[in-house]
Amino acid sequence: MTAPPLRAQKLVRRFGGVAVLAGVDLVVEAGELVVLLGANGAGKTTLLRVLATLLRPSDGRLELFGLDAGLRAPATLRRVGYVGHESACYPDLTGAENLAFYAGLYDVPDAATRVAELLTWAGLDGAARRPVRVYSRGMQQRLALARAMLHAPDLLILDEPFSGLDPAAQTALDDRLLALRTSGHAIVLSTHDVARAAPLATRTVVLQGGRIVWNGAGAADPVVLARTYDDLTRGRA
Amino acid sequence: MRRLEPLLAPAVFVAMVAALWFIFMVVPTERQMGIVQRIFYFHVASAWLAYAGFFTVAGASAVYLWKGSAAADRAALAGAEIGVLFCTFVVVTGPIWARPIWGVWWTWDPRLTMTLILWAIYAGYLMLRAFGGDDEAVARYAAVLGIVGVLDIPVIRVSVRLLHGIHPNVLNQPQGSGLSDPTMRLALLVASVAMLLLGGWLAMVRMRQERLSSELAALRRLAEERA
Amino acid sequence: MRAALAILRKDLRIEWRTKESLSSLIVLGVLLLVALAVAYDPTPETAPTLAPAVLWATFVFTGLLGIQRGFLVERENDCLAGLLGAPIDPASIFAGKLAANLVLLSAMQAIVVPLVGLFLHVDLAASFGGLLVVLLLGNLGFAALATLFAAIAVRTRAREVLLPVLLLPLLVPVLIGAVKATEHVIAGGLAGARDALGVLGAFDVIFTVAGWLLFTYVVRD
Repeated sequence: MTAPPLRAQKLVRRFGGVAVLAGVDLVVEAGELVVLLGANGAGKTTLLRVLATLLRPSDGRLELFGLDAGLRAPATLRRVGYVGHESACYPDLTGAENLAFYAGLYDVPDAATRVAELLTWAGLDGAARRPVRVYSRGMQQRLALARAMLHAPDLLILDEPFSGLDPAAQTALDDRLLALRTSGHAIVLSTHDVARAAPLATRTVVLQGGRIVWNGAGAADPVVLARTYDDLTRGRA
Repeated sequence: MRRLEPLLAPAVFVAMVAALWFIFMVVPTERQMGIVQRIFYFHVASAWLAYAGFFTVAGASAVYLWKGSAAADRAALAGAEIGVLFCTFVVVTGPIWARPIWGVWWTWDPRLTMTLILWAIYAGYLMLRAFGGDDEAVARYAAVLGIVGVLDIPVIRVSVRLLHGIHPNVLNQPQGSGLSDPTMRLALLVASVAMLLLGGWLAMVRMRQERLSSELAALRRLAEERA
Repeated sequence: MRAALAILRKDLRIEWRTKESLSSLIVLGVLLLVALAVAYDPTPETAPTLAPAVLWATFVFTGLLGIQRGFLVERENDCLAGLLGAPIDPASIFAGKLAANLVLLSAMQAIVVPLVGLFLHVDLAASFGGLLVVLLLGNLGFAALATLFAAIAVRTRAREVLLPVLLLPLLVPVLIGAVKATEHVIAGGLAGARDALGVLGAFDVIFTVAGWLLFTYVVRD
């Protein structure tokens, strides 16, 4: 049996003594799209960064594709793509140059074609030769998503990917995520847009007080989901 | 280690009194330099302690980077503080000794220059700790600095020799200002032991204080959460 | 190593496009040089002893500024996260940044060195070969430590003050070695500079390796 793309056990992450994550357990299998919900400040970003190996857990164990994430094995990192709140793209380089740079770091085969393909998907063909500094928020977000998908990762970790996108771009992202999910990729994403995420999700997970308090298997009912999320953000004890 | 601490304070007291007695009552007045030479014993002992402190920083820093042990981090901090403390003492007693003998408060001879640079490096370490911000990564940064500092010591030593110097090489030169009298060597030994005990005790107290401080902060946070 | 080259090319491309760091380094370097030259008003006798000190004081102060900016680039848009998520050794980031800093320093020196010769009336062209050796060795040691500590300083609060405070005492061997070596080279040639160059070489080896090994502890959260 192959190892799941992601297996987190009792993840703890402290900042200056405060435990932002206080024991998170999560398993994500191939073909799953897990939606992570939680009130602002619940630790979603911290959790996603730990899962993407950008932060080391203070305690607990994280395995990506069966290997200890702490080892940072190139083979593992190559299979993970991450988009955070910021684009991780250099403002003084053009969109195309940014993608070419990352294609080089990830050793993407047939880089030029792949870059062009993703620029088209992101709707950035026109702006590809302009510096990222002049891009709108939505354009930067699309470029960031393109960057994360450049190396065809098997596991995508996305922190509020829909934010800043106009409806057309959101639909394009929807379609892409659905296609990836159906073709056996694993996706973990956090969002406040419950209605949008519900049809995509195979599972919903709620983070509160540094722990996972709800792990709902199966495709989520948008109404139930919205109600749960509502309860959460209103500060249900 | 903790059981040792209550014994240390009286031990330090006894050693210090013994050292002072030796330095002022037993040891004869040095021929060439006169009474001011008596400062030499604490001066040299302090220098050794300063180095001990700096090497502690390096060792503890390496352990911290490797294992992430909070105790190692506390040891590095204590080592740096002790090191800077005794280094300051060296840099202050040096001129007091030098003025009557050389006629100047300061020269840029190799040993003095080196001591001053070392002081600056570890004062910088303390500054990093103090002004680095609340990010707990500061402990890591300080550890890197601690290791780089100790690696620099031999290179600094060689490079300051590229400039010439007049520091009286008390322990190596056979002629002139050597430690002729055996009681002088004994006094140096006693002073060194006293300083070592003092430094060790201060370090222990500091480390304990730091540990209690973080425990208190953790308890306070816990209380706030439960409230 | 390929990752380091990619990062080097990326940094050079960014610098070429904005020319921010390079222009400020050159302007600052020239201003500092002018201030020192005017203040000391060197004669043909004093110039050969003054010139090395002026050269290296200028390089160090402007260099610190330039290298600091190199890491500000990575803070914008959380680009460092992009680098750390990639399947590359964090030490390659150090190597790439170090190489970029060396290029930046050399570009600044290409302008400042001839100007020092001009303003202080010292014939530097005669000792060009020796000078080049001193510059290479001095730059490497300086840049190795500066790159490591700039990565630290940029993530702390008092970053503008902290970098010089931490680095200057650590860099004393480079300052002494480079100035002494430059003095010898101007006076007679490389032969007399052997001890000083030895110190520089040892420093370079120790701290390039140390930087390579320790960098990952600085950037990995």
